[in-house]
Amino acid sequence: MYPFEYTRVSDTKDALTAGRRGGRYIAGGTTLVDLMRETVERPETVVDISGLPLDEVTATERGGLRIGALVTMSAAAAHPKVRTLFPVVSQSLELSASAQLRNMATIGGNIMQRTRCTYFRDVTAACNKREPGSGCAAREGYNRSHAILGTSDACVATHPSDVAVAFAALEAEVHVLGADGQRRIPFADFLLRPGSTPNREQALRKGELITAVEIPALPRPLASGYLKVRDRQSYEFALTSAAVALHIRGGVIREAKVAAGGVGTVPWKLPAVEQHLVGERPSASLWAAAAAKAADGARPLAHNRFKTDLLKRTVERKLRIVGGTK
Amino acid sequence: MSTEPEAPAPTPADGPSSGPTRRTFIATTSAVGGVVIAGGAIGGGFLASDEADAAPAAPASRVSLTVNGTRHTVTVDNRTSLLDLLREHLDLTGAKKGCDAGACGACTVLVDGHRQNACLTLAVRLEGAKVTTIEGLADGERLHPLQQAFIDEDAFQCGYCTPGQIVSGVGCIKEGHTHSPEEIREWMSGNICRCGCYVKIVRAVEQAAGRK
Repeated sequence: MYPFEYTRVSDTKDALTAGRRGGRYIAGGTTLVDLMRETVERPETVVDISGLPLDEVTATERGGLRIGALVTMSAAAAHPKVRTLFPVVSQSLELSASAQLRNMATIGGNIMQRTRCTYFRDVTAACNKREPGSGCAAREGYNRSHAILGTSDACVATHPSDVAVAFAALEAEVHVLGADGQRRIPFADFLLRPGSTPNREQALRKGELITAVEIPALPRPLASGYLKVRDRQSYEFALTSAAVALHIRGGVIREAKVAAGGVGTVPWKLPAVEQHLVGERPSASLWAAAAAKAADGARPLAHNRFKTDLLKRTVERKLRIVGGTK
Repeated sequence: MSTEPEAPAPTPADGPSSGPTRRTFIATTSAVGGVVIAGGAIGGGFLASDEADAAPAAPASRVSLTVNGTRHTVTVDNRTSLLDLLREHLDLTGAKKGCDAGACGACTVLVDGHRQNACLTLAVRLEGAKVTTIEGLADGERLHPLQQAFIDEDAFQCGYCTPGQIVSGVGCIKEGHTHSPEEIREWMSGNICRCGCYVKIVRAVEQAAGRK
């Protein structure tokens, strides 16, 4: 690990000042410290924001939820409002990492976490995300866990977060604070596809600070859930995953929110699947027909062709479970 | 560990030029409540000395924390993990360094009552924190019920992961995730056991949680 200056801030103004000077915010630190030890991350100054008052879950006036950036994964998952209003969020969190890591990691840090691509983490390998212009070792390397959607010639790394998939499905907004005040970024715009600049991962300006993630109100009743498919039953990243939320009234699907994880360079919203569902009556054949569109546009690599079918089956199964048909 | 030799007499450990060894450093800093001056040379614990030599003026910070009921005020290289602070500076070698990457759970400790990976926790961030390690669980000569349960159930072979398993199990029980063997398995999945003692570990946690 390279040496770094450490500073602790107690209000957002001081945080922004330190951030504008190039300081790197640290919340739970579970990704940052790990990557600093691997020398992938080399911040000169680490700004400890854990003392900021951003650790509350609050209901919004319209019936949504605002989760403070510093709420830990475990606290967010266990929060009664999160559990009852958006089970998909609780489930995605509790299927992530380990109990220890969830006690440390925060919501803001979770959506900022960097890819688990082994070549990104290996400073001796070519990686355009870590070192722009150096190439992509994963393209011709071992790429079983890599993305099949949203990839570019420069990068095929997946975004590793589970809760970000739920946030993408639910069309959450990221609240950020910067020199020019507060702004809201739709989740779909927050995480950037790699294109030719995979080193740019979020739509944040220098020094901007995430203050909360807001989940909008959705019509009730809302059934939702998260399914994660992986090489072992716990404590592992997704090969594929599906976040599903359905508003069914009068036997008809009125709203459908669906996104997939483990397959995209960013959490992968599935509008074609959603559109296929809305206005229809739940049935086994409907789930299958909608899920058949889940991998549209997929471009598998040498070792991850299985993800195309696995993704469709993951989405179909979770639609069936959440939709309540056998 | 019982096999370790007696530490030599304390020597000043105020920077790279003094070249403190791990052993002399422990001796210097194990005084209860003592002030520790830790220069760049020992900041990373297992950092290669050449890396430290390249950065002789590595930034350090002062932090006060309570470990197993004892208050410590230390000055540490900012890079120092809680795990290295415990093992290398405070002579608490119960928490183990397995992966040093948050993947194995051997370093699990309680910070303000919550189980965490000490390897991913920067020591400088722990101002005012209360840390409990495996050494702090027993009540004098009386073992913590989960320590006793690990013995009763023979829930280990090599023992390397055991301190982390036990501290994690204490957290798991406190969190209330012990309603079934399946739930215990899920909520203990952050602790890897290379010997594969999982069946007995689950039984031990069940026993201490009062399910058996």
